[in-house]
Amino acid sequence: MITPELQAMRAGMFAKRNRINMLATGLALSAMAFGLFWLAWILWETIRLGLSGLTFATLTQMTPGPNEDGGLANAIYGSFVMVMLSTFVGTPIGVMAGIYLAEFEPKGWLASVTRFVNDILLSAPSIVIGLFVYAVVVSPMKSFSALAGVIALALIVIPVVIRTTENMLQLVPPGLREAAYALGAPKWKVILSITLKAARTGVITGILLAVARIAGETAPLLFTALSNQFWTSSLNQPMASLPVTIFKFAMSPYENWQKLAWAGVFLITLAVLALNVAARVLTRSKH
Amino acid sequence: MPVTPVVEKTKIAVKDLNFFYGKFHALKGINLEIPENKVTAFIGPSGCGKSTLLRVFNRMFELYPEQRAEGQILLDGENLLTSKEDVALLRAKVGMVFQKPTPFPMSIYDNIAFGVKLFEKLNATDMEERVEWALRKSALWGEVKDKLHQSGSSLSGGQQQRLCIARGIAIKPEVLLLDEPCSALDPISTAKVEELIVELKADYTVVIVTHNMQQAARCSDYTAYMYLGDLMEFGSTEQMFFKPTRKETEDYITGRFG
Repeated sequence: MITPELQAMRAGMFAKRNRINMLATGLALSAMAFGLFWLAWILWETIRLGLSGLTFATLTQMTPGPNEDGGLANAIYGSFVMVMLSTFVGTPIGVMAGIYLAEFEPKGWLASVTRFVNDILLSAPSIVIGLFVYAVVVSPMKSFSALAGVIALALIVIPVVIRTTENMLQLVPPGLREAAYALGAPKWKVILSITLKAARTGVITGILLAVARIAGETAPLLFTALSNQFWTSSLNQPMASLPVTIFKFAMSPYENWQKLAWAGVFLITLAVLALNVAARVLTRSKH
Repeated sequence: MPVTPVVEKTKIAVKDLNFFYGKFHALKGINLEIPENKVTAFIGPSGCGKSTLLRVFNRMFELYPEQRAEGQILLDGENLLTSKEDVALLRAKVGMVFQKPTPFPMSIYDNIAFGVKLFEKLNATDMEERVEWALRKSALWGEVKDKLHQSGSSLSGGQQQRLCIARGIAIKPEVLLLDEPCSALDPISTAKVEELIVELKADYTVVIVTHNMQQAARCSDYTAYMYLGDLMEFGSTEQMFFKPTRKETEDYITGRFG
């Protein structure tokens, strides 16, 4: 039996809930607008300044001296080579360590220690990693080198891949593993053919996000690969990269360098955007 | 404990089986003989140990280090708990289908070929024949024969479960363990799976855990009633459902169980 008093009380409480709801929605929307505003501005500036500096020569010519014509070819190549190599080095290590954490004794002491150390590595400032590689690779070799850059970037890739691989494998329902064991499959087969396969899209997404992360890293390259004004494909020599070149050119007083810096920023943003979109598409097509 | 004499040939004999989850004593001195080429149902309230018992038969519990079984389980007279034989070979003889359908992340065809490839080297034609045989046997062939290379998870829940049964029988086991195989299925799929269970006993010894009393009555030949880790009563399904010896069994079966 709904009395008029109860009816009034309900209406009052409902009105209050509605007000709170509108307030919360408003706050959430303005927070989103605030975030999007800066993102849109960054993208706008990047496109505006980047596109104006971007010519065909940017992709084909070497980095120039002050007030000369040139492009970013060696920096693009250097970034590509170092990012690729460090991904190739870091991914297997990261995936295998992730498999160990998720599939072999996930509660053991070794796993706990690994997880703890990995978390530290994951949140370590990249400049620390740069200095570390400087101390253990660049110093003894007495030369900056692309190899040192690759090692530094791989050290950033590994913890990210370990973490995502472990998380994605943990999401695989235990029933799937049991079903495979129930058929008499050996452990390695269960991991390779069933669990890793079921977690495949997630693991690949993690790798792509790690690549996106290192593509823009500057600090670890400053002390390792340094930069190079010329084309080199030798891993024993300093190698140019987009982030370091941008850093150097953007800080310079020369207008052509600043223009190239913006073109580089545009290219990196484009690449990172493409990787993120690829990661999204992969996750979505999961069934 | 009253046990009706079993006249059939015994496939699995459980002797003084105790089972522990860490310190928890989950199965208490179970003695049971499961006849060959029959369907044996385990019934009882949740937590009574019926799934636990099932998971001892293929040593599934060994995946979890804190679980341990004491006693004997004789499969064709040989204690499988202490057998030197690789556990994979045991599982090739004793297949299992789980409560939730678990299609592997691969095509329907590969779902079935996966298990076969573990134990047999077949050429492409033989493998195709085997896959078709298993799918026909599990009453799924007609529904999937035109989409064998689609993902196994694209099937409906009932079809997925029959795929899992097909996967289990494709490696030609002797015993098939079914752990509440219909609890996630709609009535029509359930009916199909039940029909299948009855057909399967011609070639296999089937052990089924179920919460559904009617299911046990419909498709089993023998029924075991378990309660809190004890085997309360075991006998032919007919006897268990029409004139159980124990009051507890009758109460559970008729739904008067507290």
